[in-house]
Amino acid sequence: MTTTTPMRPRFHHLLAAEWLKLRSLRSTPWALAISALAIVVANVNAAVADYTNFPSYPASQRADFLSSALFDAFTDIASQIMMLAIGSIGAIMIVSEFSTGLIRTTFAAVPHRHAVMAAKIVVLGAATTGYGLVVSSMSFAAVQAILAGRHADVAIGDPHALRVIAASTLFAPVCALVGLGVGSVVRHSASSIVGTVVVLMLLPVLFTTKNQWAAAFERSLPHSAWYHLSAEQLAGGMDGRVPATFAAAWTVYAVWAGCAATVAILAVNRRDV
Amino acid sequence: MNRRAFRGTVGRVIELRDLTKRYGRTAAVDRLTCTVRPGLVTGFLGPNGSGKSTTLRMILGLNKPTSGTATINGRPFRDHRRGLRHVGALLDAGDVHGGRSARLHLAALAAGNGIARARVDEVLHEVGLTDVAHRRIGGFSLGMRQRLGIAGALLGDPPVLLFDEPINGLDPEGVHWVRGLFRRLAAEGRTVLVSSHLMTEMANTAEQLIVLGRGRLLAAQSVTEFAARGTRPTVIVRSGDDAAFAAALTAAGATVHRDAGALAVTGLTATRIGELAMDHRILLHELTTRTASLEQAFMELTADSVEYLAGDPR
Repeated sequence: MTTTTPMRPRFHHLLAAEWLKLRSLRSTPWALAISALAIVVANVNAAVADYTNFPSYPASQRADFLSSALFDAFTDIASQIMMLAIGSIGAIMIVSEFSTGLIRTTFAAVPHRHAVMAAKIVVLGAATTGYGLVVSSMSFAAVQAILAGRHADVAIGDPHALRVIAASTLFAPVCALVGLGVGSVVRHSASSIVGTVVVLMLLPVLFTTKNQWAAAFERSLPHSAWYHLSAEQLAGGMDGRVPATFAAAWTVYAVWAGCAATVAILAVNRRDV
Repeated sequence: MNRRAFRGTVGRVIELRDLTKRYGRTAAVDRLTCTVRPGLVTGFLGPNGSGKSTTLRMILGLNKPTSGTATINGRPFRDHRRGLRHVGALLDAGDVHGGRSARLHLAALAAGNGIARARVDEVLHEVGLTDVAHRRIGGFSLGMRQRLGIAGALLGDPPVLLFDEPINGLDPEGVHWVRGLFRRLAAEGRTVLVSSHLMTEMANTAEQLIVLGRGRLLAAQSVTEFAARGTRPTVIVRSGDDAAFAAALTAAGATVHRDAGALAVTGLTATRIGELAMDHRILLHELTTRTASLEQAFMELTADSVEYLAGDPR
């Protein structure tokens, strides 16, 4: 047996380990690829519909197609697919360790649990940001290429266009971290995915905008923030929602991501595994 | 025990002090105090549910003790930022993700501890999994998973090794191999703690024993000392007149059980029984001393603390 040279503990070792774990499961790349395809198809589908129906739209809308072109670039259906797929992948990243017992092997190898979870957060955040950038850019390019046939496309240099792409890109890591946070607390496969879906997708539906508090709460959910950043401002406020600024919407992203990451780190620290 | 390989003794000692783990009102581990020393294989024995696995998990900081302490080298294991170079452990061969290949499973463990990738292939070779290293663990037999777990424990070349029921599922060749491995690791001066619920598994492997029953320490001594305790030697006697001889033996102070055409005698040596037969002019057909086996000693010691007992309740 050879003697291994002692080495100082480095955080990048843990990043390498988590990255290896993430990509060494066949299911994860497949889930990412299939959901990316579904998102792009959903957006292209909306663009094709607009392309087809364009001649029948009122002249005023045809003259100012900016908000519609941005809506098509990343549709609400696409955002739903992203919440479902990426939220689940975030949950599975931690739950797969709890449900198989691998977590004991992991924590026996690295007793510093905070660091393990921090590495998971960084790797998951980076991977899903990359994923978000790919799907939102591809969607944007494909959708605008189709709308260009009606001279109704938006240039990538348009500040609104950049915001839509950024909002849809960063929506992915927010969803992933929410899944990771829920999974760290719940620890059970099916319940974690249900929990993630409830938090990301059901809360926005449950809190209708009837009263001021419900509306304010609804405004502070990730999906509302995404919606607001995407195109709502251009189309005008919907259903009398309370107005919000872009800064507030970006803050919602940051707070959800930060809180979910904190929950994930704290949840695994003291409990028996 | 004297071993040349007793180098760096202090750094490798596992110490449990009043270690207790309660789940509600039941104590899975109850004020367990003992020391595991380097240089020899220590068998950690107890019936199912006696608290062995819970103890090992507390040593590794996976479960938090209700009270008491578990330290290695005077430190709780969780104080280490990385574990594999300090303690290697196989807790449960199932503690893996079936969707990963054996090589990538080990590669991830190695990566997190800053261990070179080449070491992964070394340990895979050592446990005999090189040929299946690229295959997904989900398709592995229990024996192969045990070997994979052992490979993971060896990754960091650690001075302390913990193995929970490592022999389950291994084929005879594997059992032979793993016993040799444990002895070699101990001979290299490492602390090796191997749990089992079967005494027979430990008899040929361990030199020191820690016996647990219902979470409590029942014995901590060498295998030789352990074998000497418990049952006193029984002498099996077949004679021409069992009834008369039984009376004579009882009169001489022995305890006699009549059993399938023979007498099982305790409390007298074979020599003394032979003399008594001579005195009473009774013909002897057989006079055999049956010494207590490790298995018997273990069964007797744990008889009162078996959690799940087959058949009628005593």
